[in-house]
Amino acid sequence: MPPAPRHLLKDATAIAGIGQTALAKHLDPSETELAATAVTAALGDAGIAPSEVDALCSYTMEATDEVELARNVGTGDITFFGQVGYGGGAGCGVVGLAAMAVATGQARVAVAWRSRKRGSGPRPWTRPIAAPGDVPMRWTRPTGLLRPVDEVAMLTRRYMHEFGATRNHLANVALACRLHANRNPGAVMYDRPLTRDEYLAARWISEPLCLYDNCLETDGALAVVVVAAERARDCPQRPAYIHAFAQGLPRQSQTMTNYFCEDPLRGPSWTAAQLLWDRADVSPADVKVAQIYDAFTPLVLMSLEGYGFCKRGEGAAFTEGGNIALGGTLPVNTSGGGLSEAYVHGFNLITEGVRQIRGTSTSQVDGADVCLVTSGEGVPTSALLLRS
Amino acid sequence: MATDERGMLIPVIDDENAGFWEGTAAGELRVQRCTRCERLRFPPRPMCPWCHSCHRQFVTVSGNGAIWSFVVAHPPLLPAYAALAPYNVVVVTLDEDPALRMVSNLVTRPGGPVNEVDPATIRIGEHVRAVFDPPNGAGIAMLRWMREAPVTGS
Repeated sequence: MPPAPRHLLKDATAIAGIGQTALAKHLDPSETELAATAVTAALGDAGIAPSEVDALCSYTMEATDEVELARNVGTGDITFFGQVGYGGGAGCGVVGLAAMAVATGQARVAVAWRSRKRGSGPRPWTRPIAAPGDVPMRWTRPTGLLRPVDEVAMLTRRYMHEFGATRNHLANVALACRLHANRNPGAVMYDRPLTRDEYLAARWISEPLCLYDNCLETDGALAVVVVAAERARDCPQRPAYIHAFAQGLPRQSQTMTNYFCEDPLRGPSWTAAQLLWDRADVSPADVKVAQIYDAFTPLVLMSLEGYGFCKRGEGAAFTEGGNIALGGTLPVNTSGGGLSEAYVHGFNLITEGVRQIRGTSTSQVDGADVCLVTSGEGVPTSALLLRS
Repeated sequence: MATDERGMLIPVIDDENAGFWEGTAAGELRVQRCTRCERLRFPPRPMCPWCHSCHRQFVTVSGNGAIWSFVVAHPPLLPAYAALAPYNVVVVTLDEDPALRMVSNLVTRPGGPVNEVDPATIRIGEHVRAVFDPPNGAGIAMLRWMREAPVTGS
């Protein structure tokens, strides 16, 4: 068999525009209005007319479908549309889908977005769940493992047991994100500092996870515009080239309740990382800043290992000494992330990755020429390497 | 997912997993087994991922295992669960196969509440055995776990 083409996607496309709405606990507009607002803002940032849009990529959990988005934004004829599943695992996946559509010639101007009123709306776990998509939860929810936080807490306890991680390590993640949010006027937690004592004294949600191990509940929408690299160079903003993209669904894994396989602590990050680094010209040592999916603090420790910034079991130690805060060797979630900027299924990590490449972050890392962006750990996932 | 008379979620039973629940009602822990390669699998599914046979049956296993991990849940929770909080949920590895794990609660007696064990005494690696609640109003008997030997004092 001929070898697989290794360079079809590499630097072939770029994110030429980013846009968003306000991010807050509650916003009045509908999810559709927020989606359309973020998408038109991203197109304005890219200097591209809505009528040029010919591809739409979104999460399967997105409430505004392509037809509705296109009719609001006033796109041209759409020739490619697709969705990616698994909630927070989808973010980089929808951008990767857009990049593949453009790189393969199925479209010229692709838009990817996420709009969600998770702050105003009901908590998903309070709604009845339906078969067959929720089959794994049939085995766990009746026992009282009701919420995503419970499902992740189960993996976290085992992780702490096997590797000697402590609550202080989880606090390192929460505090780094908060520190970055305190520098970002657009972050929900901009004016709310957090101390280690406050973290350690916080109420439990699902032991061993406390309140500050949980992401925010936010209303908002964000969007990106993906075009061919050549086109991006003619756009007003500095291109954030999509250097590599990968998805990961490990063998025999289960979404969220990933207990029914041989090695639950080798999560989806490990699978995505293999392809990502294989396709890239850079290695983890070249990455100076990362946006790592943080619906819960322990996911960052697991992802640091999965993406190869340290060895298995060393994710906790990696966070010591301010190493993942601005000034450390790998500042993480420089806009505040899901924990302290906003939780919009991880899409704000993508736009912040673009800002780092542009040099416009409120916690800008010097010489950030490569940024890793990851999506949900604990669910089938995806990742992007952006470069200048 | 419907709830029982106490407001607890009721497991969804279908053709694929019915054998498990027939087992719990009979006081046995049953797991799906491929009748070709004889490997056990959980949760139930139509095809064996190792030999790709769709021939399968439920077999009774020992019900012995060890705690792999656990959480202690606090509100906000659904009302019936909030009333019991803080309560434990454990993942148990079955003795038959270290990759075979099940999720339920550690109780002090069959039919006992899920918040009776002092969470501070729960340890990863503790040996436990399967016990079964009396059938609820929907006729479903829930699997729970008990310590092999009762713990006295703290």
